[in-house]
Amino acid sequence: MSTSTPTAEPTRQEAPGQRRPRFSPGWLRRAGHWWPGVLLLVLFVAPYSALQVPGLFDGPVGSPGTLQLLALCLVFGALATGYDLLVGRLGLLSFGHALYFAAGTYATNTIMLEAGLPFVTSALLGLFVGAVLAALLGSVSLRVTGIGFSMVTLAFAQAGSILVERDPGGITGGEEGRAAPAQLLPASLVGIQHTANLYWIALSYLVITLVIVHWAARSPAGRVWEGIKENERRVEILGLRPYGFKLLAFVLAGVLAALGGIVYLLITGGATPQTTTSDFTLSLLVMVVLGGSGSRWGPLIGGVLYTWADHQLGDLAGSRTVAGLPAVLRVPLSQPLFLLGATFVVVVYVLPGGVVRLPGRLREARTSKKPRGRAG
Amino acid sequence: MATIVLLTCTGLGLGALYFLVASGLSLIFGLMDVLNFAHGALLSIGAYGAWWAAGGNLPGAGRSGFGFVLAVAFGTAVGTLAAVLLELAVIRPLYTRPREQILATVGVGLAAPALLSAIWGSDARTFPGPVALSGTFPLLGAAIPVNRLVLVAAALVLLVALRLFLGRTRHGLVVRAGVEDRSMVTALGIDVRKAFTLVFAIGGAAAALAGALGGLYFGSVDPGQGTSLLIFAFVVVVMGGMGSITGAAVAAVGVGLVQQFANYYTAAGLGDLAVVVMLAVLVLIRPRGLTGRLA
Repeated sequence: MSTSTPTAEPTRQEAPGQRRPRFSPGWLRRAGHWWPGVLLLVLFVAPYSALQVPGLFDGPVGSPGTLQLLALCLVFGALATGYDLLVGRLGLLSFGHALYFAAGTYATNTIMLEAGLPFVTSALLGLFVGAVLAALLGSVSLRVTGIGFSMVTLAFAQAGSILVERDPGGITGGEEGRAAPAQLLPASLVGIQHTANLYWIALSYLVITLVIVHWAARSPAGRVWEGIKENERRVEILGLRPYGFKLLAFVLAGVLAALGGIVYLLITGGATPQTTTSDFTLSLLVMVVLGGSGSRWGPLIGGVLYTWADHQLGDLAGSRTVAGLPAVLRVPLSQPLFLLGATFVVVVYVLPGGVVRLPGRLREARTSKKPRGRAG
Repeated sequence: MATIVLLTCTGLGLGALYFLVASGLSLIFGLMDVLNFAHGALLSIGAYGAWWAAGGNLPGAGRSGFGFVLAVAFGTAVGTLAAVLLELAVIRPLYTRPREQILATVGVGLAAPALLSAIWGSDARTFPGPVALSGTFPLLGAAIPVNRLVLVAAALVLLVALRLFLGRTRHGLVVRAGVEDRSMVTALGIDVRKAFTLVFAIGGAAAALAGALGGLYFGSVDPGQGTSLLIFAFVVVVMGGMGSITGAAVAAVGVGLVQQFANYYTAAGLGDLAVVVMLAVLVLIRPRGLTGRLA
C-alpha cells in the first residue's frame, strides 16, 4: 500500500516548477497518496455499518446480502487484477484463465468431499493443483505466440470445462456442481451470520493480490515483462529468454486465480460449472478492459463495477418494471449478458484505456478547450 | 465394420461443419489479423434465420423440398448481412487498433447469443428438417444419415469454390496478397479494405451456412451452439496453420474423426479432450501448425 510514497516524494521536491497548484493544493496531494489506506480502512469497517445506500445496494451495508455482494465484488476485482498481470503487463491475451480459478474451487472442494481432509489442508492442496496445472499448461501454450496462444489457452480451458461437465466418477457434480461440506469448514465460516468473516477473507485476498502484483511488477522480472510487452524480439537480443519470464507470470497469475477460486468456494458455499466456461474468462477480460488494462487500479475498478452491474442487471431483468415495458425494450433488458456485451463494445470504442483514463481525458478535454498559454 | 463406416461418416460430417466455420475464421485472421470471436454468433444467427424461415415465417420457405433450400439460403443471407454489418460498424473504425478489434468482437460474441436467447428463449428448439434429409441410406452395411452427406457436400463445394476464388479471380489475388503482406498491397494502391469486407462476407456466409446445416446435424438450434462450435473451429485454425484454407480442411477432418472415434470407443466426452491433447502435442512438435504458416 505504501509503495508509491517513497519514490514520488523526491521527484516532487527536485522539480517544484512541475506543480499545478490550481488543481491540487499540497495537502490534497499528500492525502492523495494515502487514499488506498483510507479506502482499505473504510472497507475493513464496512460490516459494522448500518448505512443505507439506496440505488447501490438493496439493504444496509452491514447486512449479509450486501456483504455477500461486496465480497464477490472484491474477489472479482482481485481476480481481474491478477489476470491483468498477463493481459496488461505482458500483453498475453490468455483466454483460459477461468481454468485456474475453477481448479482452485474444484480441487479444494473435491479433496474435502472425497478425502475428507480439513479445509486448510484441502485449500493448500488446491492451491498446489492450480500451480501445477498453470505450470504444465502454460509451458505448452506459451510455445505459440500471439493469437495462437489465445486459442490454445482457450482450448485447454474448454477441455477443463468439458471434463467438469461430464462428471467423471461423480466427483465434479456435472451441471449441478457440488456444495462444500459444511462439517469440514471452520464453524466461523459457515452460515449467514458469519458473512462478515467471508467478507474479510475476500478483502484480504484482494490486498494479497494487489501487493503481490505490484511487488512483482516492480521486481526485476517485472521490468523484463514490460520489455516483452513492448518488443519481445529486443528482449531476446538483450540475451534474455522471454519464455521463462512469461511462464513465471503465467504461473503467478494462475496461483492467484486458484486462491481466488478457494475464496469463491467459501463465499458461494460450493463449486459451480459456470466458473469453468469460456464465458467466465471473457467476463474477466471485460472487467480488465472496462477498468483499464495495464494500470494499477483499473482491473480492480473494472471487476467491482462489472460484478455489481451484473448483479443489479440480473435483478433488473427479473423486476416488474422491465416486464411492463414494450417488447423492443423488454427483450434486450431481460438479458444482462446482452447489456454487458454491448457496453463492452461501447467502452472499447469511446473509452480506450478504460474507466481509469476517464479523469485524465476529461481534464484533457477541458484544457484543450481553453486557449493554450504554454506548450508542454 | 458397419460401426466404423458410420463413425467415419459422422466424423466427416462434423469435420465438414468445423471446416465451414474455420475456413472463414482462417481467412479473416490471415488477411486482417482479427480473431473473430463473433464468428460463433454469426453461426447462431444463420441457424436461427434458417429455423425461423423454415418454421413458415417466410413466404415460400418451408420444411421440405425447395422451401427448405430457400430457408437455408435465407439463413445464410442473414448471416452474411450480419457479418458485413459487423465489419463495417465494429471492425472498420478500429483498423489502427488490432487488439481492440478482437475485444470488440468478444463483446459482440457475448451480446448476440444473449439477444437470441432473449428473443427465442435459451432452450434448444427443434430444427424442422425435410423428410428427404432425415432418413438414412445404406453404405457397406451401415445406415448413414443423409444429412452427413449434405454437410460433406457443402464443405467440399466451399473448399473448391474458395480455392477457385483465391486462385483464379482478381479479388482472390488481392486477398492472397493481403494475407502475405497487407502493407505492401496498400502501398501498391489497392484498397485492401474492400477485400476486408469481402472476406468478412465470405466468412459470415460460410458460418451461417454451417449454422443452418448444423441445425440438421444436431436436430435442434440453441443460442450457445455457435460458441461451443467456435472453440473447436479455433482448434482447427491453429492446427491447420492460420490463413491456410487447405490446412484448415485437413485439420477439420482430423479433428472430426478423432472426436467421433474417441467419443464412441472410450467414455463420452473423452473425444473432446482427445482433440485438445492432439492440439497440445501438435503445438509442441510444430508450433506453426500443419502447414507451417506463421502464427
